[in-house]
Amino acid sequence: MFGKLTWAAVPLQVPIIAITLAAIVVGAVAVLAAITYFRKWTVLWNDWLTTVDHKRIGIMYIFVAIVMLVRGFSDAIMMRTQLALAGPGHSGFLPPHHYDQIFTAHGVIMIFFVAMPFVVGLMNVVVPLQIGARDMAFPFLNAFSFWLFVVGVVLVMLSLGVGEFAQTGWVAYPPLSDLKFSPGVGVDYYIWSLQASGLGTLLTGVNVFVTILRMRAPGMTLMKMPIFTWTVFVTCVIIIAAFPILTVALAALAMDRYLGFHFYTNELGGNPTMYVNLVWAWGHPEVYILVLPAFGVFSEVTATFSRKRLFGYKSMVGATLAIGILSFIVWLHHFFTMGSGADVNSFFGIMTMIIAIPTGVKIFTWLFTMYRGRVEFTPPILWTLAFLVTFTIGGMTGVLLAIPGADFLLHNSLFLVAHFHNVIIGGALFGYFAGLYYWFPKAFGFKLNERLGKYSFWCWTIGFYLAFMPLYMLGFMGMTRRLNHYDNPAWTPYLQVALVGAVFILAGIGFLIAQIIVSIRDRKQNLDLTGDPWNGRTLEWSTSSPPPFYNFAVVPRADQLDAFHEAKKRGLPPPPRKYEPIHMPRSSGVPFILSVFILLLCFALIWHIWWLAGVSFVSTIVTLIVRSYDDDTDYYVPAEEVARIESARHALATQEDLDHEYANA
Amino acid sequence: MREICWKLFRFAAAIAGLSSLGGCGWVLFDTKGSVGLQERDLIILCIGLMLIVVIPAILLTFVFAWQYRASNHKATYMPEWAHSTRIEMVVWGVPVLIIVALATIVWKSTHELDPYRPLDVPGQPINVEVIATDWKWIFIYPDLGIATINQLVFPAHRQIAFSVTSNSTMGTFFIPQLGGQIYAMAGMRTQLHLMAIEDGQFRGMSGNFNGPGFSDMKFVATATSEEGFKRWITQVRSSPVTLDFNTFQKVAQPSQGTGVVQFSRVQPGLFKAVIDQFVGPGADATAHAALDVSPSSERKE
Repeated sequence: MFGKLTWAAVPLQVPIIAITLAAIVVGAVAVLAAITYFRKWTVLWNDWLTTVDHKRIGIMYIFVAIVMLVRGFSDAIMMRTQLALAGPGHSGFLPPHHYDQIFTAHGVIMIFFVAMPFVVGLMNVVVPLQIGARDMAFPFLNAFSFWLFVVGVVLVMLSLGVGEFAQTGWVAYPPLSDLKFSPGVGVDYYIWSLQASGLGTLLTGVNVFVTILRMRAPGMTLMKMPIFTWTVFVTCVIIIAAFPILTVALAALAMDRYLGFHFYTNELGGNPTMYVNLVWAWGHPEVYILVLPAFGVFSEVTATFSRKRLFGYKSMVGATLAIGILSFIVWLHHFFTMGSGADVNSFFGIMTMIIAIPTGVKIFTWLFTMYRGRVEFTPPILWTLAFLVTFTIGGMTGVLLAIPGADFLLHNSLFLVAHFHNVIIGGALFGYFAGLYYWFPKAFGFKLNERLGKYSFWCWTIGFYLAFMPLYMLGFMGMTRRLNHYDNPAWTPYLQVALVGAVFILAGIGFLIAQIIVSIRDRKQNLDLTGDPWNGRTLEWSTSSPPPFYNFAVVPRADQLDAFHEAKKRGLPPPPRKYEPIHMPRSSGVPFILSVFILLLCFALIWHIWWLAGVSFVSTIVTLIVRSYDDDTDYYVPAEEVARIESARHALATQEDLDHEYANA
Repeated sequence: MREICWKLFRFAAAIAGLSSLGGCGWVLFDTKGSVGLQERDLIILCIGLMLIVVIPAILLTFVFAWQYRASNHKATYMPEWAHSTRIEMVVWGVPVLIIVALATIVWKSTHELDPYRPLDVPGQPINVEVIATDWKWIFIYPDLGIATINQLVFPAHRQIAFSVTSNSTMGTFFIPQLGGQIYAMAGMRTQLHLMAIEDGQFRGMSGNFNGPGFSDMKFVATATSEEGFKRWITQVRSSPVTLDFNTFQKVAQPSQGTGVVQFSRVQPGLFKAVIDQFVGPGADATAHAALDVSPSSERKE
């Protein structure tokens, strides 16, 4: 009846898990009770679960990303504690079975369920606004992408309490991830959570790609697009080209495990190195998917807060394109030590180094944007400055790892671990935080607390250096990654310093969350009534904060780079006397319902509950067919309603202006 | 130049105050292998080259941010200035030059340090066949007809030619203080050449995670004198246990924290038999592209 699923699958005998589960259950009950008590179920359903509005979907992505950041970080601090304790003669507090799940989950969660949703969330909130569009090209598909991603999140969280997660490392190399060496459900959780969220990402890539190509404001040619939109555009191209590779690689792994195929087994003609190639042919472009939009954020932030045009726009676009193309021809640098010949290794080593050229150009471009500007040290600029220093170091260690002769020594060592945390935290994550602070008022209508933002910044930056510089050194000391315990006393002090760093990062996360809570509490004092709190340069600042659901009452024109900045210089036109009706998509519960069926399907596949898999699969297809007969998917907002919303907004903004004048007088 | 870079580097580390915490445990810089020595110098040289761009970039970050802070009204302010061909030439040109230099170094060093290439040293190499199993290392000395578990002994100043395979999952064979690592994969043979330039004991391990016993899958590699090596061989030959394919299959069962075992005799061709388990002996084996079946001893002659 329930396949492999029994009560024994719930590991209540492990105290850490039992306590965590209890906390999750209590928390969930509390949340559900609160929703019921405050009668928010209809609000939740109408405004969030069924929404197809890109801004709300973006907000939900980032909300989930921050929640999962806490989960992924709990894994991280447990690992650091384990290694600080498990020196010579000690085994620490985590046995290998648990520890191996933790480092696998940490990697999977941080990449797929923190960094990806953060980036996709920022894209969702910002891109349509920045190009003067009213929504995505495919709003329904956008909601479906989000809920598919949530399926992945739910599966990973379920694996904590029902069964186990993979114990293979985050890329799950076979043969270790084959049925023979990983007979449990851990790898199946891994496969299906990534398949669901990966499909969601692919669909988002298609959606944003079409949105940028087809829905730009009149006058906005490609070379007049804001730089963030450019980076997102290249990111989408990479997503469209790379994610199918992951889907195929994991599908073949699933066939090995479920149907007795031999794609990657040791025996019968299988070849694990094929998986290694495929997974990195996706995996290396993936890191550029994470970091390119962050580069876009830094560009926007540097120009805005230096009160100056972005230096070398064309170089920036060219560098972004070059990185996008090169990202596909470097994957072998992840396994120089697999015995490819010297010619092959040299080729991939040199290709990897070539990426350093456009990346270096970008660094100097940001520097020369500050040059002869008026730099205001707001939190986004602080994140940018920390990024410039940190990412330069990470880039250098990356080039070092790209030299095969050096990589033979540093491969799979803690030096490597330090390197990719250096570029993903110091490159991507710092950018997301800068973007969060920068665009938060646009999405919510009030600013984030600056003081707490700065506290968070300092804790993260200090914590990062304390946590990862010792790891570089441990790499030079010959310490390899994923060790559960070790017998070399020289490593212990470095690992203890790294734990202290992790505690600083914990404080950084604490201040980040406190910043959001305090800002919501004090929102009345930080309202942004103008829609342009930073004196911005691009179109998203030309509408109100938060924007009306249709974004722009009148579709803006963009004849120049920094269109809004130029418009402000010329003097903004008065609000129009007459509005047109606006064509908008209808909300739909179908994406949510579909994702429930897909969640059941994945869960049934993981536990071999075949009847449930069949039922949920058929339900998914039937729902899709039923939806395709629904013709009532869009509507027009009447011109009078637009006029009403707009005049209310202008009244508020005028009031704000008057208040300012009184205050100044 | 290398020496200066190295000194600077160590100085920076000393300032960081961390190297003093654990004494000098930086084994990759305290290398005792001829290959490791070249790889270390390569690392130092390349870091030095990259610092040419990295240090100015980091300094400029601080200088520009401070010089052009909003409160500094004396600084030039040019809000519309966004292009300079001269600056663009420099920011593209300097990285290009450095990468050209690095690429030349990469091409040369990668060919020199190719783990499959025998080292340019005189004398007969010692052949060692390495089998990774769950979770221990089996070392076969085919020319001597002996084998061990988790113990690797060889004379210093003699080249060792490793042939590496796996009986189960994928690991890497790695002795950090002697030089780089190579993957151990079932059904395939990879190669690695190393040489110790001093006597000593060095940690060996798997660099790639391969299951619950990973952390204890380690061994000690001992470089000794020629006489010491001969004595060790005699000692191994007096061991009561021998290794044939059946024994191997028993030994290869998953176990953790295995101690040292010595085998006085080993079945000839055992290493190839272990590989052949996965590809099937006979006609099929030659068609398998990934498998290099020529024994290392033949290639040497």
